[in-house]
Amino acid sequence: MSFGVLARELGWGLVAPIVFSGTVFSGSAQFAVADVLGAGGSAVAAIVAALLVNARFAVMGVAVAPALRGGRLRRALEAQSTVDASWALANRGGGRFDRALLIGATLPQYLAWVGGTAIGVFAGDSIDPEALALDVLFPAFFLGLLIDELRNGREHVGAALIAVAVALALVPFTPPGIPIVAACAGALLGLRGRSR
Amino acid sequence: MKAVWTSIVVLAIANFAIKAAGPVFLGARELPRLAVDVIALLASAILAALVVVGTFSEDGRLSADAQTVGVAVSGVAFVLRVPILAAIALGALTAALIRL
Repeated sequence: MSFGVLARELGWGLVAPIVFSGTVFSGSAQFAVADVLGAGGSAVAAIVAALLVNARFAVMGVAVAPALRGGRLRRALEAQSTVDASWALANRGGGRFDRALLIGATLPQYLAWVGGTAIGVFAGDSIDPEALALDVLFPAFFLGLLIDELRNGREHVGAALIAVAVALALVPFTPPGIPIVAACAGALLGLRGRSR
Repeated sequence: MKAVWTSIVVLAIANFAIKAAGPVFLGARELPRLAVDVIALLASAILAALVVVGTFSEDGRLSADAQTVGVAVSGVAFVLRVPILAAIALGALTAALIRL
């Protein structure tokens, strides 16, 4: 919903924001593009920013690969259900993933994301996403999943702490996606070093 | 508007490829032990980074506001084992009240 409101403020018309949500289906990448273009940046800069933001899906795709089924085309299509919330929900621990949960959790999110964009585009000014505190929902949801993860042992706490430190350190200096990707790499390197 | 449509078309294709790459090239084969260990910890690292960036990052700066308080309230509720939807609702309600 908030993406539709933002796109309307940027003057993107009615069709482009909805097509964007329907084909790319990635809040973080879409907001990155809106940030760059809204600040007068070029399409190339916007695309690079969005790719950096979404680089984490390459890693998450590797993680879910053993859980998906079928030939290459079917696996490619099933892999499209890799989004943050579903990936975290479908994570069974020990590197295993629940394919049905991954896909099942993504379908309603897809409908809500595209539908929400449409509502935002059409209703626009009459909605204030901040007043509804919609910006709390995803960080709070991820925090809940994180706290569950942390109950799995000390090394999970270690990975999370390193990720937090790296992400906080990089936020002021890098485009939006970099802190997330770097935090993961940093966390994993730190753990490998310690286990030797 | 041309920049908007260019971004949409390129990203629709690139995003599809990013997500498909692992599952298509690796097939269904089992990952090596080290990779499995790393992936087991990956969720903690990615979730922690998503929480921090989502909560404290505002236009490329670090900032704490009503959203931060809301997320913190949800966090306390999670630790107290409040059910997940109720905990999120508590946090959102807190932020909305602060903003009134």
